Amino acid sequence: MLKFPIYMDYHATTPLDPRVLEAMMPYLTGRFGNAASRNHAFGWEAEEAVEKGRKQIADLIGATPKEIVFTSGATESNNLAIKGVAEMYAERGNHIITAATEHKATLDTCKRLEKHGARVTYLPVMQDGLVDLDMLREALTDKTVLVSVMYANNEIGVIQPIAEIAKLVHEKGALLHVDAVQAVGKIPVNVIKDGIDLLSISGHKLYGPKGVGALYVRRKGPRVQLTCQIDGGGHERGMRSGTLNVPGIVGLGEACAIAQREMAEEAKRLGHLRDKLKDRLMAALDETYINGSMTSRLPHNLNISFAYVEGESLLMGINDVAVSSGSACTSATLEPSYVLKALGAGDDLAHSSIRFGLGRFTTEEEVDYVAGKVIDVVKKLRELSPLYEMFKEGVDLSKVQWTAH
Amino acid sequence: MAYSNKVLDHYNNPRNVGTMDKADPNVGTGMVGAPECGDVMKLQVKVNPTTGIIEDAKFKTFGCGSAIASSSLATEMLKGKTVDEALTIKNTEIVNELALPPVKIHCSVLAEDAIKAAITDYKNKFVNTKAAAEVAH
Repeated sequence: MLKFPIYMDYHATTPLDPRVLEAMMPYLTGRFGNAASRNHAFGWEAEEAVEKGRKQIADLIGATPKEIVFTSGATESNNLAIKGVAEMYAERGNHIITAATEHKATLDTCKRLEKHGARVTYLPVMQDGLVDLDMLREALTDKTVLVSVMYANNEIGVIQPIAEIAKLVHEKGALLHVDAVQAVGKIPVNVIKDGIDLLSISGHKLYGPKGVGALYVRRKGPRVQLTCQIDGGGHERGMRSGTLNVPGIVGLGEACAIAQREMAEEAKRLGHLRDKLKDRLMAALDETYINGSMTSRLPHNLNISFAYVEGESLLMGINDVAVSSGSACTSATLEPSYVLKALGAGDDLAHSSIRFGLGRFTTEEEVDYVAGKVIDVVKKLRELSPLYEMFKEGVDLSKVQWTAH
Repeated sequence: MAYSNKVLDHYNNPRNVGTMDKADPNVGTGMVGAPECGDVMKLQVKVNPTTGIIEDAKFKTFGCGSAIASSSLATEMLKGKTVDEALTIKNTEIVNELALPPVKIHCSVLAEDAIKAAITDYKNKFVNTKAAAEVAH
């Protein structure tokens, strides 16, 4: 039995896994202690819970518990990593490299640092969304202190060649920060094998609670240092002050433990469902384009442009399905997705894009329903589309003189 | 964003979707917007050359739901008006009728532009056919 609306926007957020909630419940009720209270049982049990969570997170990414710093979420983790490194290593250099398709939490942090005198290189990406390693090699200088590249993109699901990037970065003596929010718990991520120095994690993207995240900070080879960005009681070995969010940390830890056990099977199942969705859409509709690499991609992501159909009108037609669009009309800025623009697809295809994010609770029945519904609505809207009509008449739309407004 | 019932109605049951023969001297065609801006409206009117009354109107729109509704409503408003009356249609009438929020006002502006473009096209054709007819005499 289908339940509406169908949620297919797992890149935006994920529901809390009931098992995670169960683990958290005691810490939302009776076990309310402050993990920093060293002299009574309430504090001790809270601290014990925090340390268990720390270990669960570390285990999932191949780190040691002491390398995990708790934060309020990945936006804070990205801010702390980038600003903290820029400030700490200011004497070594002031150059930072990132990519055009990064999350705003990275891009806007870099923009702020630029105002304070840092030099930032925003690497363009190739048409498939991947960072061009040659361009990275050329951009690296002796003044580069940090390179920040995401593991997997939140819009197009493209997975960057992190291990290869790490090699280039380390050859130049710089540090590598990776925003791994979309990847951790979905695909294998290992900070040692991948050569990652700092890594951002978010709780609510892997079936944990909102309002909690973590930053991995490497302690050996090299020992990464950060200037803290929030002053206070010196929690988290001075890197992030503030009373620890004990229930949140317990939840994030449990979410990581579940992911570690179930990730491989889940990825296989979702990859199969995603491919089914893709194949059905592509078979039924012409002029349909996948955004981003299909080979280096998260198994649960599909980002498709339905040419000659505007994204928001498509979302309106499938209003019993929760997905998101790169169309400007769905955002407050009236600019289409900068990620899709960075692929060089053209604004028109960015306006026509839909992101499907499948997840733990997505069923095959839901995928079948969504495929059928999208096909119907795209066909209906193409009947309404002057562009589709012109395309069918053989008009080259790129040669038309449009009256831009 | 929540849509007004009127926008939803036009989106679900768009009025006067279609295409008329561009080459017909009694048909005026206006196409405004650009694909990279996310809106393109094509609006056509068929005018009775003796009365100057718009007897039919058709549209096709690539754009958000509000753009589709604005152009659908525009075709309804055009039918039965004279070409000169049509030129007095203001985007604010569309905004009010569809209860468009501020971020969607540009959709109504585009519809007004499409009306003006279609009528201008018709008028140009009308003058040219008359001129051609006079030359033929």
